[in-house]
Amino acid sequence: MPELTMIEAINLALKQEMAADERVYVLGEDVGVDGGIFRATQGLIEEFGEDRVMDTPLAESGILGFSIGMAINGLRPVPEMQFSGFAYLGFHQIESHASRMRWRSQGRFGIPMTVRMPYGGGVRALEHHSESREAFYAHMPGVKMVVPSGPRNARSLLVAAIRDPDPVVFFEPKASYRAFREEVPEDEEVAEIGPAQIVQEGQDLTIVSWGAMSRRAREAASQLAEKDVSVELIDLTSLSPLDYPAIAKSVSRTGRCVVVQEAPLTYGPAAEIAARVGEEAFLHLKAPVARVAGPDVHMPYFAREQAYLPDAGRIVQAAEYVRQF
Amino acid sequence: MPWSKVGPKGAIPHLSILDASGEVDEELVPDLSEDQLLQGLRTMLLGRRFDERRLKLQRSGRIGTFAPVNGQEAAQLGAISAIRPQDWFIPSYRETVAGIWRGIDLADVLIADAGYNEGVSIPQDAHDLPNAVPVGTQMLQAAGIAYGARRQGKDEIAMTFFGDGATSQGDFHEAMNFASVFDCPVVFICQNNQYAISVPRSRQTRSETLAQKALAYGIDGVQVDGNDVFATFVAAQKAVASARDNSRPSLIECVTYRLEMHTTADDPGRYRDDEEVEEWREKDPIERFRNYLRKRDLLDDGGFQEMEEEVSATIDAAWKKAEKRIEELGAVAPLFDHVMSDMPAELERQKRRMQAGGSPGVPSDA
Repeated sequence: MPELTMIEAINLALKQEMAADERVYVLGEDVGVDGGIFRATQGLIEEFGEDRVMDTPLAESGILGFSIGMAINGLRPVPEMQFSGFAYLGFHQIESHASRMRWRSQGRFGIPMTVRMPYGGGVRALEHHSESREAFYAHMPGVKMVVPSGPRNARSLLVAAIRDPDPVVFFEPKASYRAFREEVPEDEEVAEIGPAQIVQEGQDLTIVSWGAMSRRAREAASQLAEKDVSVELIDLTSLSPLDYPAIAKSVSRTGRCVVVQEAPLTYGPAAEIAARVGEEAFLHLKAPVARVAGPDVHMPYFAREQAYLPDAGRIVQAAEYVRQF
Repeated sequence: MPWSKVGPKGAIPHLSILDASGEVDEELVPDLSEDQLLQGLRTMLLGRRFDERRLKLQRSGRIGTFAPVNGQEAAQLGAISAIRPQDWFIPSYRETVAGIWRGIDLADVLIADAGYNEGVSIPQDAHDLPNAVPVGTQMLQAAGIAYGARRQGKDEIAMTFFGDGATSQGDFHEAMNFASVFDCPVVFICQNNQYAISVPRSRQTRSETLAQKALAYGIDGVQVDGNDVFATFVAAQKAVASARDNSRPSLIECVTYRLEMHTTADDPGRYRDDEEVEEWREKDPIERFRNYLRKRDLLDDGGFQEMEEEVSATIDAAWKKAEKRIEELGAVAPLFDHVMSDMPAELERQKRRMQAGGSPGVPSDA
């Protein structure tokens, strides 16, 4: 099995889906000749031509509104937002149309569209290039919100997203694009959108995370293992639908829960997860749920981005806090 | 080097065929059969009378807010009658007449007006989109639909409707730009009805015409007398041919007037005077068309009266059907329909709890 980076795995998924299904189109800014600024779409235009790998005018609303129309008329567009921080110009096309068209048309028109967006910090980028705003999309009815954490699940989840009959917002943790490699099977591998991945089983506490934070949670788990703390690690991979039964089951056993999110603390997905744990596993809880998150501030310019981002140290500290009870 | 001149000179063709008295330019008037002409008038009349009835139903509390078409019948009919059933109709929210021409069930419209999603009932083979309420946002979808048609070799074009206010939205510009760059067979129909709620056309833009905005995107823009059903039809036919034969988009500005309120929640007396409205009533698109038919001996006053009665009976029947269906509609369960293609377990659970009389986040078996 070849060892691929996440960006190579995403590229593989796009290439294979475009080859397998002529309805799949890729469009966005610089996705064609340039191969995408992160090279996610490299080589696609040579293989599938400029009518299916479309360098578009520089307009996010245009890209998304046009994609919705393509989806209505039988195609499976995979638009790329160059950075999630620029997607707000097209946000209303997702909120006002993509998420609602199936419902508004009483089932007549679904929107099988996968909006890929690099998100998150850690690559020393400029303002607007590093935020983590998954809550905006996870909050929307009618849209699936998927966040892979590594090369293998990025590939299998992206394939699933492209084949999904509903719109999927696909957040790619750009800090993980080239940070590590994993074995990714050459042959087709399709994940199911929704079920969480139990990365590691453990007894003493549950750590829930997604996206780039999953790596940091793993790091924290190995540090805790050295202190004889057995951690159950849950990588959500999908925030909507949210696999709350998997979380509840785990926390019911461990009695302790730490949720790690890169986004600012308040109103983030961690708050929803903490509320769910309270509802589903209240009688098993031995401690309050701890949230490890960014502070409620703007993502700082890059010299200080590591000061913002949750790291293994903060996660270990939170684990120690919940173990005091 | 000295200054030189490049770019378009702003020459926008304007078309008018039928005047207020019912006289036409014989060379330009389209060749339509008596049946087609009468069907056209009936569609316009039905649209107007339907909206008059909706207004009464709204005022008596039986349906909710809606946007009356009154005054814009010719602009809508002239445009929509230039496309075929397999072509795509992408409306905003005032397209009663265009919808009727496309075969929408008036009872469905009333069910939706009464606040039930089930009133949106689009047959599986119909290429008609539901209303788009956020102004100007549907034009991009029309461009994408048209691109999808071209790329898949489907014999379809798209036609989308919007108003003068929409031309201030970024999406309007992005839609024309994308449509042009990607050779999309789409026709953009701007119904310049002079007002975006209270804001007059002069406050939307200082452009002399709205049609000229098309030139910036390398596509054709024409202006027509939007109260002239023939002018609108002829211009639309040309635009449709350009879409079908050359995969090129066009913009048509139909100069018309909204004789009624923006929606039933609006009081136009706050921003325009009666004299202005009366001036436009003189240019009434239905009267004008009727005058033409009368002069051609195609419809006498008796015939028109019969048409009125038939239209009125159609509306009566639609309301009766709608009332009956509304009584049968459920309260809670349909909330969860069609949110996703397959209902996620979480939604199933919330639905169960609410059907049991509880709250979506609280166990109902507690």
